[in-house]
Amino acid sequence: MGGLPAGKVRRSEHAYDDWELRVDAMMMLLVGVVGDAKRMTVDELRKNVEALTPEDYDKIGYYDRWVISLTQTMIQRGVITTDELAKKLVAVQKRGQTSISRPKRARSR
Amino acid sequence: MKQAGRYEPYSYFQLMEVSLRELLVEKGVVTDDAIAGAMAAMRARGPERGAAMVAHAWLDPAYKARMLADGSRAAEELGFEVPGLRLIVVENTSQAHNVIVCTLCSCYPRMLLGLPPEWYKSRPYRSRVVREPRKVLAEFGTKISPKLKIRVHDSNADMRYMVLPLRPEGTEGWSEARLATLVTRDCLIGVAVPTLPKISKTRKSK
Amino acid sequence: MSLEKLRSVPLYNAGDRVRVRKAAPLGHIRTPYYIRGHAGVVERVCGAFPNPEELAQQRDGLPAQPLYRVRFRQQDVWPGYRGSVSDVIELEIFQHWIEA
Repeated sequence: MGGLPAGKVRRSEHAYDDWELRVDAMMMLLVGVVGDAKRMTVDELRKNVEALTPEDYDKIGYYDRWVISLTQTMIQRGVITTDELAKKLVAVQKRGQTSISRPKRARSR
Repeated sequence: MKQAGRYEPYSYFQLMEVSLRELLVEKGVVTDDAIAGAMAAMRARGPERGAAMVAHAWLDPAYKARMLADGSRAAEELGFEVPGLRLIVVENTSQAHNVIVCTLCSCYPRMLLGLPPEWYKSRPYRSRVVREPRKVLAEFGTKISPKLKIRVHDSNADMRYMVLPLRPEGTEGWSEARLATLVTRDCLIGVAVPTLPKISKTRKSK
Repeated sequence: MSLEKLRSVPLYNAGDRVRVRKAAPLGHIRTPYYIRGHAGVVERVCGAFPNPEELAQQRDGLPAQPLYRVRFRQQDVWPGYRGSVSDVIELEIFQHWIEA
């Protein structure tokens, strides 16, 4: 997007929610920046972020994009299957609560 | 909404986060402890680490030379672990001002300075600072003299960047810790320059 | 030395004038559109790194590609650039994006 027309820079600051930091932590672990759980490259993360439509890209938040891309990459890498993900999504939604801590409310935008 | 125990539905993306994480943990790819550890390490990183490097460089010319030669090594020298970071420090001079961006995504020296501010990742900043840096800097309240050359650095591949700002006048005799308080995150990105707090300026003029 | 290894050897040095290829393939590319086709001067050689275009497609990106920091004059890059004539923009360009 370098050089494309855009509006004024809104000097927004944002304290990261716990769930966003967990996405960030998963990324660092999965690309192997820290730890020994490397399953992908950061370039795959970026490729799958770029695969979002421009409309979706602008509509959703930064870590929203990341979690979609990370999950997509884990499917492409065969670490998880779409079927496992489908079942897990249903189970988690039913339970309505995470095993580590309850996530904060998504920030409004 | 902040009351404990009150039900609150997940956003779609939070639901995805929990699901992905639990699948990865169940499969033994990552552990909850490893995630918590990475989160804690990221929380500990912040602009004050860069500020400490800058203040040290202002007082120690030999360190400054090492920092300009190898930013990552200079960070480690002060005890900051920067796994995987290839840091290039770019120096503001009386002739040139530096500013950092990543037009492709949001690359930032996160292993030293922590996570970037929201605006750094925004479309307006990434689109415009490469093409009209003076205008964008002015919007941040930073006026760059037309006599000064502006160097924009696009962190588009494997290197990460941090600005070494100019030490402000009127700080002679200051301790390293006090100098470091002048160096904000925005100074390290290059959208601001260190300035003396207004109060001490007033005192001086009296 | 094998041909593969040779590809990781830098062909350019600091101070050399180079031109970025003008190309628009598919995939994940770390050479921004706005700089393709422009000429600048090598500021430094950064070393060699696995090719991100390959890494993005689950391959190893080897042989590593030499990576250069290249300095471009802003007035060359942006038509009608408003600012000082001495203003520059610096980017990292992989060797395979430099025109032979």
